[in-house]
Amino acid sequence: MPSKVENWKDEVYGNEIRDHLMEFAEQGWEAIPDDEQDAWFERFKWWGLYHQRSGQESYFMMRIGTPNGVIEPGQLEVIGEVAKEYAQGPAENPEFGDAYCDWTTRQSIQLHWIKLEDIPEIFERLESVGLSTQQACGDSWRNIVGCPVAGKDKHEHVDAWPVAQELNETFKGNDDYANLPRKWKVAITGCDEGCGQGDINDLAFEPAEKGGELGFNVRVGGGLSRKEPRLARSLDVWVPPEQAADVAHGMSALFREYGDREDRFNARIKFLVDEWGTEKMRSVLQEEFVDFELPTAGEDMRDQYTYNTGTQAGHNDHVGVTEQPDGNYYVGLNVLVGRMGADDTLELAELADEYGSGEVRLTQRQNVIVTDIAEEDLDEFLAEPLLEDYSPDPSPFMRGSIACTGTEFCSLSIVETKNRQVRYARWLRDNVDLPADHDEFHIHLSGCTASCAQPQIADVSLRGMKTRKDGEPVEALDIGLGGGLGDDPRFADWVAMRVPADEVPGAIKNLVENFKELREERAVPEGQRGRDGEAVERETFRDFVEARDEETLADLVEPEETDYEDPYMHNTKMTWYPYAEDDDMGASPAPTDGQGQPLASDD
Amino acid sequence: MTTDVHQLDDGAWISVNDAREVNVSDLWLLARSDFCGCETTDFLAEGFVEVGVDHPDIQARIAGQCIACGASGVTDWLTVGRVVDPDVGEFYGVVPESVHFPAKRTRLARPEE
Ligand code: HEM
Ligand code: SF4
Ligand SMILES: [Zn+2]
Repeated sequence: MPSKVENWKDEVYGNEIRDHLMEFAEQGWEAIPDDEQDAWFERFKWWGLYHQRSGQESYFMMRIGTPNGVIEPGQLEVIGEVAKEYAQGPAENPEFGDAYCDWTTRQSIQLHWIKLEDIPEIFERLESVGLSTQQACGDSWRNIVGCPVAGKDKHEHVDAWPVAQELNETFKGNDDYANLPRKWKVAITGCDEGCGQGDINDLAFEPAEKGGELGFNVRVGGGLSRKEPRLARSLDVWVPPEQAADVAHGMSALFREYGDREDRFNARIKFLVDEWGTEKMRSVLQEEFVDFELPTAGEDMRDQYTYNTGTQAGHNDHVGVTEQPDGNYYVGLNVLVGRMGADDTLELAELADEYGSGEVRLTQRQNVIVTDIAEEDLDEFLAEPLLEDYSPDPSPFMRGSIACTGTEFCSLSIVETKNRQVRYARWLRDNVDLPADHDEFHIHLSGCTASCAQPQIADVSLRGMKTRKDGEPVEALDIGLGGGLGDDPRFADWVAMRVPADEVPGAIKNLVENFKELREERAVPEGQRGRDGEAVERETFRDFVEARDEETLADLVEPEETDYEDPYMHNTKMTWYPYAEDDDMGASPAPTDGQGQPLASDD
Repeated sequence: MTTDVHQLDDGAWISVNDAREVNVSDLWLLARSDFCGCETTDFLAEGFVEVGVDHPDIQARIAGQCIACGASGVTDWLTVGRVVDPDVGEFYGVVPESVHFPAKRTRLARPEE
């Protein structure tokens, strides 16, 4: 029996939702019939609108998909203006003010507190510069991710940006793939550093060579959600760039036809790969969904990957100054937990115009990159005051921090995330010294097991939980260690469970101290010494974790209260907004009308 | 009118007649359950897996874990509230922190549509 959501999708789904959305917006929040709210909110996701959590009724999160994270000249200014004008709710966030943009782990943009009544105007503004919310959420092709410096990087073998654009144009608004059993996440990369994060996507194209020609190997079935993380598995298929779209057609049609529409928890293609195995998947793809002979996999470049590998070498992220093949530079700026105030966003747009081409790119580590800066303008750009807050050379703890939405807006959440992670990062920066050979240390905080912050691929993984302290329930985190990507990707081992959130910074400090004390050295034989000629090699954090069993590691994490103070211990999900002066659920002004005035609630 | 119950947003909450009524992240106290070895299970609700109506009870099986011993899994059926008069449709939620007795289904309830 198809699920209830499937029945709603059968009635109205895809592009046609827009007309209904516009009509409701015209008439106002109360025009949505009470007994149709669930169905419409499920459908609105397809147009990038996600109803915010309990206590925030009538307000929406709006997601804008920017393929490959590329924000074209002229677009960032509009994003900043829309955030400032429309993304303001009834209460302020104490760290970020009253209007802000979130840069997400899938190179998209999220705005919050959007009112239904404002959507037509917002869409008009966004679409006037070529931005769109189409398929940003919902059961279809989501924003395509990839190497954020595609087309601008010396490590690139295939320019994946035109291919990403082709996929975006082919599959956005395409009625044939508008209604899939579940979300469909695609990554495409042409560089040899592995920064497309293909391994955690439903469908991944990674650079590979075959018969002297450069193209892509294809992997399927990656994803982190729930407690079922999977790495994408090789389909043993290679495609030249001009046929990538054909394979993408085939794979998403296969998912459309064979994905589970009865149980949404089992719908993602990772579970179909589990069930079928890759050989069967390949042969079904070949026989039913493509009309040319699929070549077997080519020679990949995975052994050169550096991105998020914990090796402390190469591109672990995109923060910092890097020369482009054309002699200009791109500068990656750290945005702590991916959130930037609307005024700062407008300032960034101006700087990108002034110093670069006006283009800005988003990374999968919630950071931004300003591209195309001429060498002679670099110093002046780097001296801009905005870069004091969004640094190209931040503390490893600021740089490595990722946090999801959490109890601020999200229904699934268990704990507060972004503001907490801001406080963690600052405290760790001021109180913990990494060993001198570690300038990369990734800490990812997700408010629940959906894993939007991708905790399983961090050095330190944090996941929302609860525990009791002196008998009282408090927000807590599970702590995992040693995750990362690269040739040999690895999900974190969960070693310390339900640590009260105020003891987590102390736990990380103690862990780092223990690591410094216990990490092993080995003499490097003369012939194998690196360029620096070092005669001893010390374990990296990731190797250190990999070499030890869970019990040993658990002992090295020693949770402890410190002078770190956590203002969010009190079960923030039970508030209407965790930072409101009167945060009691009953004090919520929601739902409100188009002017933000409370409406009498009828239930 | 029949009572319309479903879980939405990946099990984040239970909708009863199109109103958001029961949310994840609450702690439920479970007694006489075989969920874990604890005398009472201090259960963190992380997701609603199945919902149903056994008039007048609204029931659910919830994924989550005991925050005392760490056991995780899915509960048997729990009554999360009642709709006493289906014609009026008003939902009366139970108090999660009070004691609950999960049960294998005895009567056949109308499953989620
Ligand atoms: C209203 C807030 C949000 C809700 C309700 C929500 C919901 C979800 C859910 C239910 C999943 C898991 C579904 C599945 O894969 O089966 C998920 C996954 C994911 N979300 Fe969100 N999300 C929210 C905000 C965000 C934000 C802010 C980001 C980015 C910073 C984000 C990025 C992701 C990513 C990357 C995954 C994928 C994990 C994977 O690889 O499977 N989400 N989200
Ligand atoms: S990880 Fe969980 S809490 Fe965080 S945004 Fe995703 S669904 Fe919400
Ligand atoms: Zn227990």
